[in-house]
Amino acid sequence: MSILVLAEHHDGQLAEATAHVVAAAQQIARDGGGDIDVLVAGEGVSAIAEAAARLDGVSRVRVADDAVYAHQLAEPLGDLLVALSGDYGHVLATASTTGKNVLPRLAALSDVSQISEIIAVESADTFKRPIYAGNAIATVHSEDALKVITVRPTAFDAVGETGGGAIEAIDNGVDNALSSFIDERLEQSDRPELGAAKVVVSGGRGMGSGENFQLLDGIADKLGAAIGASRAAVDAGFVANDMQVGQTGKIVAPELYVAVGISGAIQHLAGMKDSKVIVAINKDEEAPIFQVADYGLVADLFEALPELESKL
Amino acid sequence: MKVLVAVKRVIDYNVKIRVKPDHSDVDLTNVKMAMNPFCEIAVEEAVRLKEKGVASEVVAVTVGPKAAQEQLRTALALGADRAIHVQTEAPVESLAAAKLLAKVVGEEQPQLTILGKQAIDSDNNQVGQMLAALTGRPQGTFASEVEVDGDTLKVTREIDGGLQTVALKLPAIVTTDLRLNEPRYAKLPDIMKAKKKPLDTKTPDELGVSVDSGLKRVAVEPPAERQGGVKVGSVDELVDKLKNEAKVL
Ligand SMILES: Cc1cc2nc3c(=O)[nH]c(=O)nc-3n(C[C@H](O)[C@H](O)[C@H](O)COP(=O)(O)OP(=O)(O)OC[C@H]3O[C@@H](n4cnc5c(N)ncnc54)[C@H](O)[C@@H]3O)c2cc1C
Ligand SMILES: Cc1cc2nc3c(=O)[nH]c(=O)nc-3n(C[C@H](O)[C@H](O)[C@H](O)COP(=O)(O)OP(=O)(O)OC[C@H]3O[C@@H](n4cnc5c(N)ncnc54)[C@H](O)[C@@H]3O)c2cc1C
Repeated sequence: MSILVLAEHHDGQLAEATAHVVAAAQQIARDGGGDIDVLVAGEGVSAIAEAAARLDGVSRVRVADDAVYAHQLAEPLGDLLVALSGDYGHVLATASTTGKNVLPRLAALSDVSQISEIIAVESADTFKRPIYAGNAIATVHSEDALKVITVRPTAFDAVGETGGGAIEAIDNGVDNALSSFIDERLEQSDRPELGAAKVVVSGGRGMGSGENFQLLDGIADKLGAAIGASRAAVDAGFVANDMQVGQTGKIVAPELYVAVGISGAIQHLAGMKDSKVIVAINKDEEAPIFQVADYGLVADLFEALPELESKL
Repeated sequence: MKVLVAVKRVIDYNVKIRVKPDHSDVDLTNVKMAMNPFCEIAVEEAVRLKEKGVASEVVAVTVGPKAAQEQLRTALALGADRAIHVQTEAPVESLAAAKLLAKVVGEEQPQLTILGKQAIDSDNNQVGQMLAALTGRPQGTFASEVEVDGDTLKVTREIDGGLQTVALKLPAIVTTDLRLNEPRYAKLPDIMKAKKKPLDTKTPDELGVSVDSGLKRVAVEPPAERQGGVKVGSVDELVDKLKNEAKVL
């Protein structure tokens, strides 16, 4: 049976995460066989479909271009997936807020379980996923005919972009009388996306205020980094919700993660402890963040950050 | 309008879990249990809707073992009017939980059902979406703001790029995110009063739902531990190590 990957896209562009999900699909195909199709659903998505067709390993891109899919609302997108799923043995999406919103609907309507946020493919029907904030890794075997899976993108290396998949329109107008879009307030930033950045610099409650987050800007500029935050910093209103790293926020695994004024609660560690190199700057030498940091600097961040910026 | 809130018994969020030596499961013996934090936020939202006069009745429901009654009593102490316990000692996977909750929604016909966005044990983030699909009701997941306006529900959602607001036709399903509200603590007199509030018990059999699952947990292992690192004495030393030892600069 073939594998369907739901493409993630924002602002008219295919999200990098999709190339990671296709990599997971390739691992499944290596064991279970089958072609890899990508579904692009949205309005005015032809450029996205072309980008998806270039991903290595993709045989076919199926395009549902319709206003009803414009804001990726779960109800119509779920119905579309249900309509297509008969052709597939696996349906995969990235574990983004879109994937998490939609895929459980497909699973429930198909009367199968969903396997959330896999980090490894053992075989076409056996997967590894973290549970309990990453403090245990479960190996899960599925006997369901249709396997509905969300994928943690950071756990799979992206496929290349030298492919040439076919592009095919699907004519499938589903209605949506249940929900409608009102508006979106997206955070604008020139920085790389948190989940895909090679370097992430995060601030916690120790930053003291939203203004003080500017101390991280100069460093992030020099390192080409994304800026993240702890839940405490988001709850306090220092920064926007989309910057929260952790068990219940975003999962990151950059080459370098710099945690500033963050104590290292298990919920925060769950979102960043797979980073290659971790640096912690904290004035409390007992802070648990130092137990996972490769390099710890016990210092007042208000002195250390300007100095670090000047020496990079 | 009637509001149904689903609450789940999970390990306390402060507990760092250990895997059993035989790798069959995590070790839950003598571990402190509590209401899932996202469910606390769900109860709080329902109770606030009642205090504002928008909700007329708040019903709490859980699926789980006998001991999960503790979490229902907590919900009652926080302001729910009555509780339903779907009692089973078997592990209940997300799809089965959603099917059982769908039966309860069918019987109770709430205008609004509020769940947590994810249970902090399984980290599945599925049940609310599955319940919405099974009941044919619209869903507002990861909510940071909820407003009832006639027969419409406005939900502001925490999404990857920021915030999204949608309008849902009631009856609807909502799952809570962290910024929806700050839950209150139960006061002692309310805890005493909660003991007298009605609590109904049902079984999956009575609801006609099987809790069997197509998923089997084959093994549970501890994650790879990070090697403890070193403390550096100065910013200069940090920059030097990052350049010459870790080679990430
Ligand atoms: C259901 C649930 C989900 C959660 N999900 C998440 C999640 O996804 N992500 C997340 O991050 N948290 C999450 N949390 C919250 C988590 O438990 C912690 O409360 C949070 O991570 C703490 O943030 P913090 O480290 O910034 O704050 P604190 O724990 O208050 O730590 C602040 C640190 O800053 C240091 N500091 C202060 N001033 C200075 C200074 N001048 N110089 C240097 N250091 C300084 C202090 O020594 C301290 O270590 C969740 C909690 C719950 C209950
Ligand atoms: C393959 C597999 C094997 C498992 N084996 C075991 C096992 O042997 N022993 C064991 O104890 N657990 C086991 N579990 C874990 C348990 O079944 C999970 O807790 C389960 O997946 C239930 O849904 P959730 O917590 O993932 O829901 P989520 O979707 O993460 O929860 C979201 C919200 O749904 C609501 N909700 C979820 N569950 C309930 C409920 N029961 N009652 C009321 N509301 C609820 C709450 O509002 C919650 O905030 C297993 C899970 C899997 C996937």
